[in-house]
Amino acid sequence: MKPAYRLFALLAALPLASMAQQQVTIVTSFPKELTSIYQQAFEKRNPGVKVEILNKATAAGVAYVRELRVGERPDVFWASAPDAFEVLAKDGLLVKFDPGIKGIPNKIGNYPINDPQGFYLGQALAGYGIMWNTRYLRANKLPEPREWADLAKPVYFSHIATSSPSRSGTTHLTMETILQGEGWAKGWEQILRIAGNAAAITERSFGVPDGVSNGQYGIGLVIDFLGLAPKNSGFPVEFVYPSVTAIVPANIALINGAKNAEQGRKFIQFSLSPEGQELLLDKTISRLPVLPETYKKAPADWPNPYTGKIRAKVNFDSDLAEARYYVVSSLFDQSITFRHKELVAAARAINDAEKKLAAKPNAQAAKQIAEAKLLAYSPVVDETKAKDQEFLKIFRDTKRSAETTKRVTALEEHWANEAKKNYARAVVLANQAAKIAN
Amino acid sequence: MGLAIAAFLGVFLIAPILTVIYVAFADGAGGFTLSHFASFFQITLMRESFFNSLYVAGVTVLVTSLIGVPLAYFTVRFRFRGAAIIQTLGVLPLIMPAFVGASAMQLLFGRSGSLNLILLDAFDLSIPLMDGLNGVIFVESLHYFPFILLNLSVALANIDTAMEEAAQNLGSSGWRLFRRVVFPLALPGYIAGASLVFIKVFDDLGTPLILNVTNMLAPQAYLRVTSIGIDDPIGYVICVLLVLFSVGAMAGSSWFLKGHDFATLQRGGAAGLRRQLTPWQALMAYSLVIALLLLVLSPHLGLLLLSLSRVWSYSVLPDAYTLANYSAVFRDSTRMMLNTLAYCGGAALLDVVLGTAIAYLVLRTRLPGRQWLDHLSTVALAMPGVVLGIGYLRSFRDVELPFGMGPLLGSGLIFVLAYSVRRLPYALRSCNAALSQVHLSMEEAAQNLGASRGRTILRVVVPMMMGGILAGFVTSFITAAGEISETILLTSRESLAPMSYGVYLYMQSIAGRGPGAALGVLAVILVGLGTYLSNRLVIARQASMERR
Repeated sequence: MKPAYRLFALLAALPLASMAQQQVTIVTSFPKELTSIYQQAFEKRNPGVKVEILNKATAAGVAYVRELRVGERPDVFWASAPDAFEVLAKDGLLVKFDPGIKGIPNKIGNYPINDPQGFYLGQALAGYGIMWNTRYLRANKLPEPREWADLAKPVYFSHIATSSPSRSGTTHLTMETILQGEGWAKGWEQILRIAGNAAAITERSFGVPDGVSNGQYGIGLVIDFLGLAPKNSGFPVEFVYPSVTAIVPANIALINGAKNAEQGRKFIQFSLSPEGQELLLDKTISRLPVLPETYKKAPADWPNPYTGKIRAKVNFDSDLAEARYYVVSSLFDQSITFRHKELVAAARAINDAEKKLAAKPNAQAAKQIAEAKLLAYSPVVDETKAKDQEFLKIFRDTKRSAETTKRVTALEEHWANEAKKNYARAVVLANQAAKIAN
Repeated sequence: MGLAIAAFLGVFLIAPILTVIYVAFADGAGGFTLSHFASFFQITLMRESFFNSLYVAGVTVLVTSLIGVPLAYFTVRFRFRGAAIIQTLGVLPLIMPAFVGASAMQLLFGRSGSLNLILLDAFDLSIPLMDGLNGVIFVESLHYFPFILLNLSVALANIDTAMEEAAQNLGSSGWRLFRRVVFPLALPGYIAGASLVFIKVFDDLGTPLILNVTNMLAPQAYLRVTSIGIDDPIGYVICVLLVLFSVGAMAGSSWFLKGHDFATLQRGGAAGLRRQLTPWQALMAYSLVIALLLLVLSPHLGLLLLSLSRVWSYSVLPDAYTLANYSAVFRDSTRMMLNTLAYCGGAALLDVVLGTAIAYLVLRTRLPGRQWLDHLSTVALAMPGVVLGIGYLRSFRDVELPFGMGPLLGSGLIFVLAYSVRRLPYALRSCNAALSQVHLSMEEAAQNLGASRGRTILRVVVPMMMGGILAGFVTSFITAAGEISETILLTSRESLAPMSYGVYLYMQSIAGRGPGAALGVLAVILVGLGTYLSNRLVIARQASMERR
């Protein structure tokens, strides 16, 4: 055979090799450490069964399942964002399944752990918080932050990293938690101030813990296990839950039309069993189990959401979050992600002016700074608009006609221009104030 | 033969593109509309992104030329110690997926990278090398200069040394000799490389994203499609623009080359004919080359350190070293390495066969519409991997392989096809440049002596093109090995995944990037070895041909 033919024969034979045994296929957005620990444990317990992992970003995973025919689909969907499971359930891509595990409470705070309709199950709990690099903070002589409001302070200028809600489901939940905890106007003020202090708006949620772990950034906004896992693996980082946080479950579900539903059920059962829950305590995973029993086996300082040690002040409203999902994401991108340079310039000018003013108080300058802050730190969409159902509906329409595209584009353009104008004006005002105070 | 190639390109390239173009002009009710384009140009952000992309691509071509031209010139035209090693090492950046290179460079040159920590400590100063558009230019330049190095080296090696000697006899030397004689003769290679750099940078997604630069066209397309939805038309408008610009750059370069005759009668480049550097020149040349190499290899150095580190955080060097990352990778990922070899080898082979055929059809026959084969395959350059990947998933989801081997999408063959389509332009550029340097009189001589056309191609044309074909094979292979956006979409099972997917997966790890870096280092070694061996093979082959 010519080499070319030999190569093709080899390639064609590749798929055959893996067909010999029983197989359970899992679509997940979780990192490899987590999945491979479950994979090894499940295979050890069920000889002859192979666990095949398909690692996909949550949204891509949903699209992937949707594209496949009944009977060809993977067996289990396993990811953080509850909204993805809502979408799958609405499209008829999940089947109800009761694994019959005892001892898991119905609710965490006001949030149901399992889908009330029974389509998906909570497999771990997650809260949102702040992580920081201890070496970075020491070298730059910065105090340790405790609350979201701390991150809005001028001392942290250019030391923070966060992702964008349109890029990362967990960042969306974080921002939504702040908005629900503080209210629309005050929440956006806080978000804009934090973003003004940010050194980067990272493209992936993973970019934040990675950048903080290796010291590129001092402080980051993350989901808990992204902060706890590097800490437990020896990186010089710390993680804290601020009081305005929410605890929501990460989920697992059986896919409708799966190739091997039998093994899929077994895997879900395993992941919720005491043995499967205990795996979450592995230091490279560092997640919060849903089974309260499991916390007895955890190290003493392991955060336990069932004891009230995490002060989750926000009762997360997922309907509200879903209704304004696209508006929050798009508003964030138009006024922060794509206008970050201008926002940072405004924040810098305001900080400088305030510093000068503190040394030499002046009423007129103070007024100008207050005006500059109002311009720079107010959302370009007000609260009434954000509650307008008609307005929200334009953005929810994912199969957009040319007409809607035009309307959305015009709105986004308007926001971007408003934001840019406000930031520029804030810089002018702050500079004037600084001159007076000089 | 022309028809077969056209059919291949039609199914695996044109059909997905047409889908993209259709969406950009569809009004959602089956009609035609220009309103999406109008919307696009009304958005300030889009105009800004467009300008930024042009700026970054243009400046990167400049910087890559400053790196690639001296490396190629000194190593090919002079007696230069270690030329083979430099040629091999110089290709290394290409095989490292851009996002890996960028993250390794962040540890060295970033805001808390080794360099800036040292500078902060000593002078209380830091250089924002990796920030904003400059960061993108810096990373892209170190990543893509091999396109210029490879193509220019081949072109330089093919110049008839008699030309240079003639110029020297007429009293020309040094810079003047290079500027007036050598460089103009090597222009086909340089233009081929430079236009590739421009297009790749213009389309690149991974590097801006890892550096968190979003105000450029490709990231905007990706952000639109992934955050608003696969049906968002603005994303497709951007794709159409990317296609237009790339086709424009390619057409421009081939128009430029067509107006001139670059063929020389003899192939040059035998080792004995290389010139000698004067001691003073040698000192200059060696220090320039060594400085460039150090810079170029720094991402690899960073990656190596990362792969050996346990914890590396806000410090000049890692805290502690370990081999655990490598043992983890060897335990889990040998299958991925085999997959990479099979997919990329198959794709590169397919590419040089197609590339040679197309180059021959275009330059040597009067087949009607032959230019279109060239233009069509060039379009593949401008296809963002994400869009091609989605197109594949849609178009081929019901296609079954014969003999009960299961669905096409569930086999390794889909990777070979996807890689080969997008890498075909690289192979084609190299084959074109190589063929345009073979003088027609060679073939005429063979045919006058009674050789058939097929025999002439096999025994005269292809052997004379061999350097270019090999450069094409190597470029296709290594860029396919580093491809990530299609790979993510097409990987339906971990057992099918190639190494680039493995690196991507391990780099997402929360407890340190060590294993990802280890896999990246192995990929670099694997492909570097492959490149070196194929270089040796060609040299041996040339030697044996010259003996005959």
